[in-house]
Amino acid sequence: MTDTTTTTPAPASRASGSAPAAAPASFIGALEIDVRFLGMLGALAVIWVVFDFLAGGTFLTARNLWNLSVQSSSIAVMSTGMVLVIVMRHIDLSVGSILGVTGMIMAVFQVNYLLPTFGFNHPAVIVLTLAAGIGIGAAIGALHGFVIAYLGVPAFIVTLGGLLVWRGAAWAVAEGKTIPLVDDNFKLLGGGANGSVGEMWSWVIAVIACLAIAFAAVQARRQRQRFHFPLKPVWAEFTLVISGCLAVIAATLVVNAYTLPPALARRYAEAAGLTVPPEGLSISFGYAIPVLVAVAVGIVMTFVTTRTRFGRYVFAIGGNPEAAELAGINTRRVTLAVFALMGALAAIGAAISTARLNSATNAQGTLDELYVIAAAVIGGTSLAGGSGTIVGAMVGALVMQSLQSGMVLMRVDTPYQNIVVGIVLVVAVWIDTVYRKRIK
Amino acid sequence: MNAVTSPVANPGASRMTGTPAVDMRDICISFGGIRAVDGVSVDLYPGEVVGLLGHNGAGKSTLIKILAGAYRPDAGEIRINGEKADIGNPRDAKRYGIETIYQTLALADNVDAAANLFLGRELMTPWGTLDDVAMEAATREVMGRLNPNFRKFKEPVRGLSGGQRQSVAIARAIHFNAKILIMDEPTAALGPQETAQVAELIKQLKAEGIAIFLISHDIHDVFDLADRVSVMKNGKLVGTARTSDVTKDEVLGMIILGKSPPGALAGPGAAAD
Repeated sequence: MTDTTTTTPAPASRASGSAPAAAPASFIGALEIDVRFLGMLGALAVIWVVFDFLAGGTFLTARNLWNLSVQSSSIAVMSTGMVLVIVMRHIDLSVGSILGVTGMIMAVFQVNYLLPTFGFNHPAVIVLTLAAGIGIGAAIGALHGFVIAYLGVPAFIVTLGGLLVWRGAAWAVAEGKTIPLVDDNFKLLGGGANGSVGEMWSWVIAVIACLAIAFAAVQARRQRQRFHFPLKPVWAEFTLVISGCLAVIAATLVVNAYTLPPALARRYAEAAGLTVPPEGLSISFGYAIPVLVAVAVGIVMTFVTTRTRFGRYVFAIGGNPEAAELAGINTRRVTLAVFALMGALAAIGAAISTARLNSATNAQGTLDELYVIAAAVIGGTSLAGGSGTIVGAMVGALVMQSLQSGMVLMRVDTPYQNIVVGIVLVVAVWIDTVYRKRIK
Repeated sequence: MNAVTSPVANPGASRMTGTPAVDMRDICISFGGIRAVDGVSVDLYPGEVVGLLGHNGAGKSTLIKILAGAYRPDAGEIRINGEKADIGNPRDAKRYGIETIYQTLALADNVDAAANLFLGRELMTPWGTLDDVAMEAATREVMGRLNPNFRKFKEPVRGLSGGQRQSVAIARAIHFNAKILIMDEPTAALGPQETAQVAELIKQLKAEGIAIFLISHDIHDVFDLADRVSVMKNGKLVGTARTSDVTKDEVLGMIILGKSPPGALAGPGAAAD
């Protein structure tokens, strides 16, 4: 019998001082995926199938799913910031109002100052509009964060005040007038036929996404090999990469299956100088730009929460503020930064939703704070602090939007929609609470 | 009352020679009009274990939190290795080589052992991102020394037993080469076997020349490990004694009655008899 056949690993024989853990027994354990996240995807699938059945097959159409993706974008962007706020045991009730005021400021700034200076559709207009909006959003958030962290006023109160103040400010910016947007580049952020990337670019994005998924898996495996850590079985790696790629391909097929109506397609072709074949044109929408913005925000925010010091501190403070303080973390500065980030994300949400409506109104974003909080909470963010994921919150936003548009398709009246959404929120959190108790 | 002639020379003084690693003099701090620590002076030499004893609420934890940078004293002076030290926050304390293991363990329950070990001092990759793999490797190494049976590297520390949590807290202190180690009730949450492990570890660290403050309200936890004990009562120092010069009963008298025995150097808090 040789040494290699001994079952217990020799201790301290390698860089790691302790032996690797035993191989995980279950299928899902080997894949190392969060069971709760799988459950959420399952719930989303159930919601979709049930609505499709109830709404007579109008839910699971390319057109509805495409619309769903666009409608979810603004809330999804803001929910990523809300995750950090709630993880730190705070709350932000002011995001809807920040959205309102920054959207208004962007529209007024664009129409009254940028357009006369640079002219129609000048590229500087969209850049400066966004810079101004995001800068002001971050400044408003930083102000909230300052009052919360340095003056010690509870976040609930500060942002409740903010909810009123910034809604009033949104009115004051243009005295309640609705400001139509003029810059065509900015309008692209709202989606629609022009604000989508088309079939070819959608496939380019899909290929890049698949390569990125594979690259990330290889990279993670190499890192673990470097320190002789236990590795996932190869079949598990392949399963994960392949299912990730299949999801990307499926999404791409769906958005490409949504095509312009024939009349619009003809007009588009004429404008582009194309000859219309006799059987008619089929022009795909592809991914909408607001959806790509939301996905990009989600990737950046996931990176921030999992790979940076700032994200680590946010979670540590949420888990045990005293321990974080004793470890030498400047908890006040982190708090201020989290609220500033939330404000900046509300401004991005404002850019998407004003562009989608082609105008800024002073009521824009009303009640959005509740949808954003609900998305984060349905997405598994614990109100007790310390846990939550960006991707979960974004799926949560999709769940909320699915419920709403499903009921619209079923012609449910708005008051009844609210009743259903309210009940679903409470039930979702209750199920999550039960689940958390079980795993303890 | 006549001064009692002490039966021992230099009562309460350390047997160590050289410069004390820590010398806290006349430390005072008040919270809302209550003097939590009132004119307390203690010292600690490299390679020495000093037990800081007293009832709950005697001011021990407050005193060491001042040394650890969690509170700023209202008055008094702290000298580290003979030099006056200005400790305004926990980061300053760590710069002086002071590491603290808190009674509450001060771990963030929702993140794993490696994240806790490196909290506030994360290892970074050249691209400025967290180097989780390197941190886990270092954690495996230090935990392999402290607690070879430890396996739960990927789990939030919430899922760990009291002893495992304790070893994470201790690992954090020793990984960063503490010169001065403060342990607040290090065995309070532990079973007998784990307590023995911690005692063994303290002896090992002491042999490496680390200066250790051991805080406890229970004399049995510290008497056998400590070279000297300092006893506090109601925020004041009752006295300091070498454990070889006094009996457990005498130290118990210091804790309960505030009575400084002949073998100890009486402090301002000693009861008059």
